[in-house]
Amino acid sequence: MQHFYFDHNATTPVAPEVLETMVSCLGQVYGNASSIHYFGQAAKQKLEAARRQVAALIHANPAEVVFTSGGTEADNLALLGTVRAAGRPHAHLIISAIEHAAVLASAAQLEREGVAVTRLPVGSEGTVDPEDVRRAMRPGTVLVSIMHANNELGTVQPIAEIAIIAHEAGVPLHADGVQALGKIAVDVNALGVDLYSMSGHKLYAPKGVGALYVRKGTKLAPTSFGGHHERDRRPGTENVPAIVALGVACELAGRTLAAESERLAALRDRLESNVLGHIPGTGVNGAGANRTPNTTNVYFDSIDGEAMVIALDLRGFAVSTGSACSSGAITPSHVLTALGLSADRARSSLRFSLGRSTTAEQVDALVDALEASVTHLRRISVHA
Amino acid sequence: MPQPSMPESAPIAVAMSGGVDSSTVAGLLVRQGHKIVGMTMQLWNQRRLPELAPETSGHGRCCSLDDVYDARRVAEQVGIPYYVVNFEKQFEEQVVQPFVDEYLAGRTPVPCTLCNNYIKFDRFLEMADSVGAHQIATGHYARVRFCDASGRYQLLRARDASKDQTYFLFGLTQKQLSRTLFPLGEMVKPEVRELARGMDLAVASKGDSQEICFVPNGDYAAFMSAYLKDKGIEPQATHGEIVTTDGRTLGEHQGIHHFTVGQRRGLGISSPEPLYVISTDPQTQRVVVGGNDDLLCGRFVVRQMNWISIEGVDTPVRAQVKIRNKHAGAQATLHATGDPNCVEVVFDEPQRAVTPGQGAVFYDGDLVLGGGWIG
Repeated sequence: MQHFYFDHNATTPVAPEVLETMVSCLGQVYGNASSIHYFGQAAKQKLEAARRQVAALIHANPAEVVFTSGGTEADNLALLGTVRAAGRPHAHLIISAIEHAAVLASAAQLEREGVAVTRLPVGSEGTVDPEDVRRAMRPGTVLVSIMHANNELGTVQPIAEIAIIAHEAGVPLHADGVQALGKIAVDVNALGVDLYSMSGHKLYAPKGVGALYVRKGTKLAPTSFGGHHERDRRPGTENVPAIVALGVACELAGRTLAAESERLAALRDRLESNVLGHIPGTGVNGAGANRTPNTTNVYFDSIDGEAMVIALDLRGFAVSTGSACSSGAITPSHVLTALGLSADRARSSLRFSLGRSTTAEQVDALVDALEASVTHLRRISVHA
Repeated sequence: MPQPSMPESAPIAVAMSGGVDSSTVAGLLVRQGHKIVGMTMQLWNQRRLPELAPETSGHGRCCSLDDVYDARRVAEQVGIPYYVVNFEKQFEEQVVQPFVDEYLAGRTPVPCTLCNNYIKFDRFLEMADSVGAHQIATGHYARVRFCDASGRYQLLRARDASKDQTYFLFGLTQKQLSRTLFPLGEMVKPEVRELARGMDLAVASKGDSQEICFVPNGDYAAFMSAYLKDKGIEPQATHGEIVTTDGRTLGEHQGIHHFTVGQRRGLGISSPEPLYVISTDPQTQRVVVGGNDDLLCGRFVVRQMNWISIEGVDTPVRAQVKIRNKHAGAQATLHATGDPNCVEVVFDEPQRAVTPGQGAVFYDGDLVLGGGWIG
């Protein structure tokens, strides 16, 4: 049986160019980038070249890029590092209700440490109202953290407007950009973000590597301790082959982004219009918002999403009910319920995330499989 | 009911607990050439009540991460697609909550039967259906066969009498039985372990699971206290009097849910002859105690009857009746009552501790005629 992958927001396959570069680096560039000698210098050169590639994709200065083990670590470092660096006794943090677990759980940890946390609601289209950020500001606010693009819906948040409001109050802004990087254009200056999280494996680099953009002048306390790597922001011998892979992936994304996002948006629209046209009782969650081109989240009324994922997998289509990080959870998606969806409708929703390997034929085959699965599931639920 | 025709490609869904029995079922069916989907039901979050034996590993308790790991490993070994399906909400509503309510009402529940009725052979069957599987297979020790003469699916005791689980399966409907396979029903446990070893299954020498999967170490009173606390329910009237059948007060107790009919230990009363719990009364919170003879019961009514191998009783029918899992069974006559959902059991010899909340299951030799609830 052929298997088709519609879960690129969970992770992406490593691009062939990325794989080739990484393997050659693994084999040949084994020096420790901190070593003085020839081998260390070779590794350091690769490391800094990758830093320039990552910086170029987001229009940053390379010195503002800190490599991490992935998006989760970048989010943890941004939240814990900024709030702890502020050193205020009654610190206050603003996040949104639809953040990824890496931000939600970091905020919850800070809350246990005595930090006040405001979780902003989102409208029915899945975006934060910048005016809500303004209203939530307090004298003790030390950080605003709002994701750039949502992992379940693809909705793009009004980061630039929020940045203006945050900066008026003298508060830095962090954006979790894990689901935006490589899908839409990212310019940290146009966005006005002070911190921006990135993950390699969401843009065709391997797992285990990511980066945090830290605008020059942003105060950040380290959250782990060791040597003086990454300008004292993130200790530990750099994972040069993975970082090199991330660099190549960023360069590749920069080259292909315009054409690929247009292609994916057309496929996404094809998927949505065929599903909505052929299957009654369906709709797109967060449809009215500005969205990343590859993501759609669709409800199928009276269908159990968990059963549907299994049924589709057995037909060869890999999809998900939402974040892979919350697979198997019984509580409905916090993102979908934040949109105002009922628990039933949230449980009946599936996320389809397209990517480089997705073709129109695959999309059409998926629609056929969806139609067959929904018909089957609705028929048996009538008899049950 | 005729066997429904099945498409060649329809898989069988195997309920995999991570134990040796269900793992062997998966391996066996694959070996027989069937298309299989393995699924583990996540029923209870063992981290929810951390005060219950936090140091012990989850081994032998249901739905621990270890069990899911084991099931996944076996699925990989035998080469089948595998999924974890989450029924925690249904399990709590239909098994755990009724279990607690029953004890608080002075009865002695059988959660495994509720789980079979409402989760394993209902919700799981529905999930199997959803993913295109028409039949399910489990590691239960029991047998099913279709009887042409009666046109009914029959349930029979397992060949391995020591492992027979039919007592817990009396609630299965004809529809459920028509779609269920018990591949271990004709085997004895050592054969199952031998098969598991032969297939080199990672769980071949794993220990057997304990009786009530969500209650650590069988301490159901500790479980109930922790559960009620977790739910924010203040245990009300958790103490009462211990009285004799003739009304004398002998002492006090810490809540009727600590007592079950026939219990001798834990009364905290010294008495010249042995005292047993005869009954408990949730209204007055009284525990009534008496001598062994007070426990004997010659006849009782069974409610919410489910008939399996026969359609029912119009005229009196002879049967062997089991009133709890460990009961050997006793000869009795089943009498119809005015209510088709109720049957009166009249024992040839009075039996000890007929306990409200337990199941009563009727047998004719190996054949399970049906069963229902006591009290």
